[in-house]
Amino acid sequence: MSAIASDVIVIGGGLHGLSAALQLARARRKVVVLERAWTGRHASGATAAGVRTLRRDLAEMPLALEAMDMWHRLSAIVGDDCGFKAHGQVCVAETPRHLATLEERAALARRHGYDHEEVIDRPELQRIMPAISSHCVGGLIARRDGSADPHRTLAAFRRSAEAAGVAICEGTGVTAIERRGSDWIAVAGDRRFTAPVVINAAGAWAGQVAAMVGDDIPLGTKASMMIVTEPIEPLVKPVVSALGRSLSFKQTDRGALLIGGGLQGRSDLDGQLAHVAMAELAKGARAAVEIFPAARGVRVARAWAGLEAKTADLLPVIGPSPGAPGVFHVFGFSGHGFQLVPAVGAAMAELVTQGATNRPIAAFAAGRLMTLKAAA
Amino acid sequence: MTRTFDLAVVGAGPAGMAAAIAAKALGMDVLLIDEQAAPGGQIWRGVEGVAATSDGAQLGADYQAGAAVAAALRASGVVYEPATQLWQIEPGWRLFTSREQQADIIEAATVLLATGAQERPAPFPGWTLPGVLTVGAAQILLKTAAQVPDRPVWIAGCGPLPLLYAAQLLRLGGRIAGFLDTAPPGNRRAALPHLPQALRAAGDLLKGLGWMRELRRANVPLVRHVVEIEALGREQVSAVRYRTSDGRERTESASMLLIHEGVVPNIHPTMALGCAHDWSDDQLCWAPALDRWGETSLVGLFVAGDGAGIAGARAASLRGELAAIGIARQAGRLDEGEADQRAGGLRRRLGRELAVRPFLDALFRPRPAVFAPHDDTVVCRCEELTARDIRAAAVGTPGPNQVKAFTRAGMGPCQGRQCGYTVSHLLAAAQKRPVAEVGFYRIRPPLKPVTLGELASLDRPETVG
Repeated sequence: MSAIASDVIVIGGGLHGLSAALQLARARRKVVVLERAWTGRHASGATAAGVRTLRRDLAEMPLALEAMDMWHRLSAIVGDDCGFKAHGQVCVAETPRHLATLEERAALARRHGYDHEEVIDRPELQRIMPAISSHCVGGLIARRDGSADPHRTLAAFRRSAEAAGVAICEGTGVTAIERRGSDWIAVAGDRRFTAPVVINAAGAWAGQVAAMVGDDIPLGTKASMMIVTEPIEPLVKPVVSALGRSLSFKQTDRGALLIGGGLQGRSDLDGQLAHVAMAELAKGARAAVEIFPAARGVRVARAWAGLEAKTADLLPVIGPSPGAPGVFHVFGFSGHGFQLVPAVGAAMAELVTQGATNRPIAAFAAGRLMTLKAAA
Repeated sequence: MTRTFDLAVVGAGPAGMAAAIAAKALGMDVLLIDEQAAPGGQIWRGVEGVAATSDGAQLGADYQAGAAVAAALRASGVVYEPATQLWQIEPGWRLFTSREQQADIIEAATVLLATGAQERPAPFPGWTLPGVLTVGAAQILLKTAAQVPDRPVWIAGCGPLPLLYAAQLLRLGGRIAGFLDTAPPGNRRAALPHLPQALRAAGDLLKGLGWMRELRRANVPLVRHVVEIEALGREQVSAVRYRTSDGRERTESASMLLIHEGVVPNIHPTMALGCAHDWSDDQLCWAPALDRWGETSLVGLFVAGDGAGIAGARAASLRGELAAIGIARQAGRLDEGEADQRAGGLRRRLGRELAVRPFLDALFRPRPAVFAPHDDTVVCRCEELTARDIRAAAVGTPGPNQVKAFTRAGMGPCQGRQCGYTVSHLLAAAQKRPVAEVGFYRIRPPLKPVTLGELASLDRPETVG
């Protein structure tokens, strides 16, 4: 059977795969996205969809700030604002000691030239969020941050990618990648796809895909859990986290409370499933009702967990494969990749079409994780 | 402290009570939890209080029979905890429950789900109007609150339950404006070949004929072969419009419309746990795949009662007892021979009970319109999505979970209990695939709504010391 030829094969139809595909198609590359299940099946469909620069690792900050500018004009990029609301992100301090830690963080960011993280006192905290428990003493806010609607975001990136000419093949799981001359052949069941460039955006399974081209990149798995409640009256506008707790708390446009924060369920990589661990999730519920006491009587509608890859240093892998020419990795966002989607897609397109990017991505090289393993 | 039992039974209807009593008699530590305030399940709801009253007599001997079982449960030594909501089961087995705003985790070596059936969702124009209820909901009011509607009701549907309810309502002084029989014209002919076998349970058939007689004696207008129904009204149902298979259409004033298109097993707990399920073409529903003891594809998780496949109360009791024997056998309390010996008589009786099912399934097979609502009909009540919305999302071959992500259908608090089957049927029709292949929503926890406060109450600080 003859192989389907293109310029670029993207493995993984999550947001990062779609974003890279979109940017490449706009750079006039013929792109095929191979997705084992359907677009957004795992992390991208299970995300809390926080759009956060607040307290990000400083290595990620240039990309995160570029992405933030893109979020503020996302309609021009994907034809929809994706439900993005810039109501800010706040990290709450429940004790003076925690507030001091946040002050140190703000000072560190300022020393590196980032002044978007601002310490606020108790009165300002209560002005922004009247429903917050009175024991909270202050916080750190990034006012241009916010959150989006994950399903709208997926739909918009998918629609834009297809409009730009990307072919999305769902139900197409890649089981092998073979080298043929200067091309790669991706094998999916009885179908073959061939291209000189492969982008590995396979999320939780990216380590397996990397291994198909000979890259042994040690990866962990995250199964971060989320809660959504029944809709209630307006309670809070910003996205709220709390220092020292696993909490991310926000209210959607429809009034539902969305509670996450990285509490871990059980992952079943082979079964392609993530399971909720309720006793663990109870910690998130407790943090939520202690910081917003009015949420105590609100009923949980659903809880779920999504699978994605986690690296040893919690930074993503973005860049060319160290060993396989024409292969590029983009995965391992370790629970905070959603905000970076627009900028990383642009970086990937630049890497593929120009062979390099001016964006500072050295910290995300795959080699750092492989060296770590060799040294261990 | 987390409590631990040999067996946790969920649901105190005929199956759950029979299983709990039998397992306790076999020497196991048994917990029986139930959502209701008193034992009985749906069929024997409120039986401890009502059975001995005159109303209890009007509800019939099958209903009154529940009182003895409830009494046996009370005397059995089973730890019985009413008013307890089960909202999550995790493998191992851990049951997450709530009672009086306090959540709890219970550990059990074995779990038996006896969570029964639910009425088959049957969307039609106007089904969300106040004044439109299911027959099952109306029967609950009859049993627990002796609530007889003060004005004549319309009853529409297909199945034994509408007939039984109609008879009970008449005996308790209620009035029926009309009975719209929605069983399709071909059902009788399709059922006929199963009649000889069904005669093994002739008593059930005679009961059904008796209910019909009661309706005729009360001069209840009976309209057969109704193919479509519509509830009309603004704030409240004020009329019912219906069409029969000969094309005739009528509109009658109505203050209450009760609808019933059969029952289907409650599959949410077993679906959430990832148990294997089989599609039944006879009953048009999924049911967990079970071995001869009622064990699911997961070791230590059993199902008995209508949740194992619709078969009625007596079959439920028998399946409950069989499951208890199977559980004792698995726990090493009965050897293979003892278990089979005890099971033999139960299996023979169960066979007799099941003999009538092919006849009833064919006789009461729902009309096709139940699964193919008009474009404008609301399908997902929680998210207010119509059949048109679902059909629009069905293009290509997306499954129920993709359609859920696209449209939000099934994301509401009912967890797809109201729209799951309809969405699967709509996708199957649009994609020309069998429903069995289309599948059902993936069920997310919690199984029942739990408050953030209740969930938070599980996270107790560790006791120091």
